[in-house]
Formats: sequence, structure tokens, C-alpha cells
Amino acid sequence: MTDDPRRTPLHDLHLSLSARMVPFAGWEMPVQYPTGVMAEHLHTRAQAGLFDVSHMGQVVITPQDGDMAAAALALERLIPADVLGLAPGRQRYGLFTNDAGGILDDLMFANRGDHVLLVVNAACAEQDIAHLQTLGGVTVTPVTDRGLLALQGPLAAAVLARLVPAVAAMRFMDSRILDWDGVELWVSRSGYTGEDGFEISVPEARLRDFAQALLDQPEVAPIGLGARDSLRLEAGMPLYGHDMDADVTPAQAALGWSIPKARRAGGARAGGFPGADAVLAELAAGPAMVRRGLRPEGRAPIREGVAIFAGPEGGSPIGHVSSGGFGPSVGGPIAMARLPADLPDGATVHAELRGKRIPVAIAPLPFVTPSYKR
Amino acid sequence: MLKYTEDHEWLRAEGDEIVVGITPHASEQLGDVVFIELPEEGREVAAGDEVVVIESVKAASDIAAPVAGVITAVNTALADAPGQVNDDALTAWFFRIKPTDASAMDGFMDEDAYQALIG
Repeated sequence: MTDDPRRTPLHDLHLSLSARMVPFAGWEMPVQYPTGVMAEHLHTRAQAGLFDVSHMGQVVITPQDGDMAAAALALERLIPADVLGLAPGRQRYGLFTNDAGGILDDLMFANRGDHVLLVVNAACAEQDIAHLQTLGGVTVTPVTDRGLLALQGPLAAAVLARLVPAVAAMRFMDSRILDWDGVELWVSRSGYTGEDGFEISVPEARLRDFAQALLDQPEVAPIGLGARDSLRLEAGMPLYGHDMDADVTPAQAALGWSIPKARRAGGARAGGFPGADAVLAELAAGPAMVRRGLRPEGRAPIREGVAIFAGPEGGSPIGHVSSGGFGPSVGGPIAMARLPADLPDGATVHAELRGKRIPVAIAPLPFVTPSYKR
Repeated sequence: MLKYTEDHEWLRAEGDEIVVGITPHASEQLGDVVFIELPEEGREVAAGDEVVVIESVKAASDIAAPVAGVITAVNTALADAPGQVNDDALTAWFFRIKPTDASAMDGFMDEDAYQALIG
């Protein structure tokens, strides 16, 4: 690691848009533009928001002998997901686990016919690549000459289709290689906001042109990391390093849905990934603690680290907020925390804020209903 | 005439009381304000006591009492509509304080000095 944060190919564009730049996961990223987090958040839910997510790691996994099934099985040794059963042109969500069953990172993986494309978290990319390089039979190629954009919101599909008509035929979690102005785009219909939208990998040399072509559309506004965080929190999506980490298991992170029957006890390809015994036993029995949604009473946000208690006074904390803030579309504070799994939705717990206990309702996730085009 | 603190509060003398808010510069730095907790009327405070909590979409911060005195009024409308601070920071007052020392306003920055501070 160097001390100087890395810059995405859109750094100058962000500056020209008067973004406030902050260090994030070793990168210098726009946290907001002049309109501010609230307006950017609401714009994304109403129209279309453009995010520079070029800090995220893109990695191509290629089978050395051309056998995609072998490459899929290799990935399944690190990821407790169904990689083998993923059809060409489709994408899934998955996790890297460690030997104790904790989560090393979360990722998207797409079957692109003759290789698998992974998108991993910026802060974990280096470690993920080293981890992948332990696999035999596959070539691991970090993609270093492309940036990544996300276009999210109810008008994202209509806007993108003006530039790339073929996206109109894509469904949620489709992955396609498409042309724009002679440039090869890697497009998936997915995102991190709870809205319909796309993630688009663009060669670095044309990234700014493509981003500008999107920003030239009247429905599109640039959106910073601040709104990206409030959007994903409302969508009930966990953030690595906050809502889950190497000490949190898939079941505790409420991500057991990403582990299909085929990989569970009694399945066709049960286990065979790091920490499988612990992960599968806990999924079968149910975790003692699990990630839940929280709705505090009143307007005060409860942020990461705030202690949660069962009662209005005394006792020891039963958990701590892992992500929390204000939900602009919800119109109030929202949060997530790992709490005892036996507490029902609607149960009241208490958050200790500045020495006072505030009643907090356990709420189902997500806080807003996603609008994916399935 | 407004005076300013190094903590980006504006102060306006009205009779024997001081009205306190935060500057547009501070509100811009905070971002969208979503929650404000005001002190109780009648509370006696020392200079530097944290009397107001402001939560923006980004973070929580405090406002300190600029001088020692008694809180004589609070702007309860702000608690219901905290976004007023972003809309017009100079009219969105937080509280009035009756200073213990009548000359308490004298030591604070004037407009020019404050503008020089925020550059």
C-alpha cells in the first residue's frame, strides 16, 4: 500500500463537477457533488444516478484448458455458491469464506461464455486476487485497463438504451458484452441501490467519453459515495467491513440465501469451501445472532458502533449498530445490527445515544422495495 | 451586527441576550441536516458546554455555548424541520442565551475576521 490514494480515470471529471473528494479504501473518491447527499439519493430513486465505482476490483478467471466447468468448480472451492449451474450471460452474488466460516469478501460473478468475470470490493481486491491465485487450472487476470460505472434508478434502462439499445432486452442479473461507439462495454443489469440499473465496465481510454455521454442525458445526475451508502442501506444490503467481516458468518450476515441447496448438506456439491462445516451447520441450525433492520423512534440517526440494549435501562449490550444513518426515501433514521435471532420483527430494543436510551423497532429488511426487472 | 466564533457559530446581540446559530459555511460543511437536539430552556451553561446536537446525513456534531449564561429560548421549529439550517443558516437560530457577563460579545470575530478564517 502506498500513502497516496489512487485516482480513478474520472478524477478530473469529478473535480470539474465540483465533487467533494475523500479517501476511501485506498482511493480518492467523490463523496458528494454540490447538490448534496439527500438530493442525490432522491434523484437516484426518481430518475437515474451515475456512480463512478472504478475503485472496485474487476478480475477475469479463465480456464487453462478451455473447460468452463472446471473453472466453475475451481471457484466453488472458494465461494459457497452455485457457479457450475450459472448459465452463460448470467451473474450471481457470492461470498469468499475463510477456514472459520467468516466472510472474506462479497462479490458478483458472471459467466461470460469462455471466462468468469468477478467484481470485488476495492479494499479486499488485493487479498481476493492472492486467494484466487491459489486455485489450480485457472488463470487469474486483474482487469487494470477498465473503469466501472453504475447507472441506477427507474429511468436508467431508458437512458442507457439511447446509447446502447441492446440493454433494453436484458433482465436483472444478465451480463452482456455490448458495443458503444466502437467500444466494448461489459454490462450487467444489477447494482447496489435497490433500483433497477446497470453496472458498466468501460475501457479506461473511453471512460470519460462514455460517462459524459450519460451525464448529457437530462435524467442523469452524478452521485457520490454518500448517497451510494444511504441507498444501499435503505435497500437492506450489507457493506463489507461494516455489516460483515472475517468474524461474521454467512448465516449471521443474513446471506444464507446466496448458498444454494447444491452446496448445503445433502446437496450435489455440498461443502468443499473454506469453513464449510461451520457455515453449513450454522445454516441448518439457524444462527444465534443475525443481521436485522432497525427503525429508531424519532429523528436521531443511530450510527455504526452505537450499542443496542434489550431494555430501557441497565443490562449489557445485545449488539452494536453495524451501519446506520438517515434514509432519505424512508424519511427517517434506519440502521442494521446483528442481534439475537429470536427477537421478532416489530420487537422494541433500545439504542444508547449520548447517554440516553432510544426505543428502536426491529424492522424487516429491506426498508424500501426493490424495483428490479426480473 | 453579527459576531462569529471559531466553531462557526454566528452571534447576534438582542437586548441583554445573544441569539446563536451556525454559519452558512458550517451548514455547507455539515451537509443535509436531519436531526437537531436543542437544550432545555432555563438551563445554566458554562462557555464551551455542548448544548446542541446536530446530525447531518454524514455525521453528528455539537454546538457549544459560546459564553456562560442561561438558555432563555430555543427554536423548537428547527427540531421539526432541521433542513431549515441548510435552506438559510442565518435565520435558523438555535437558542437565545442571557450571558452572565454583559460584555461577553466583545471578544468574538467580526465579519471580516470570520471571512479571513474560512478563507
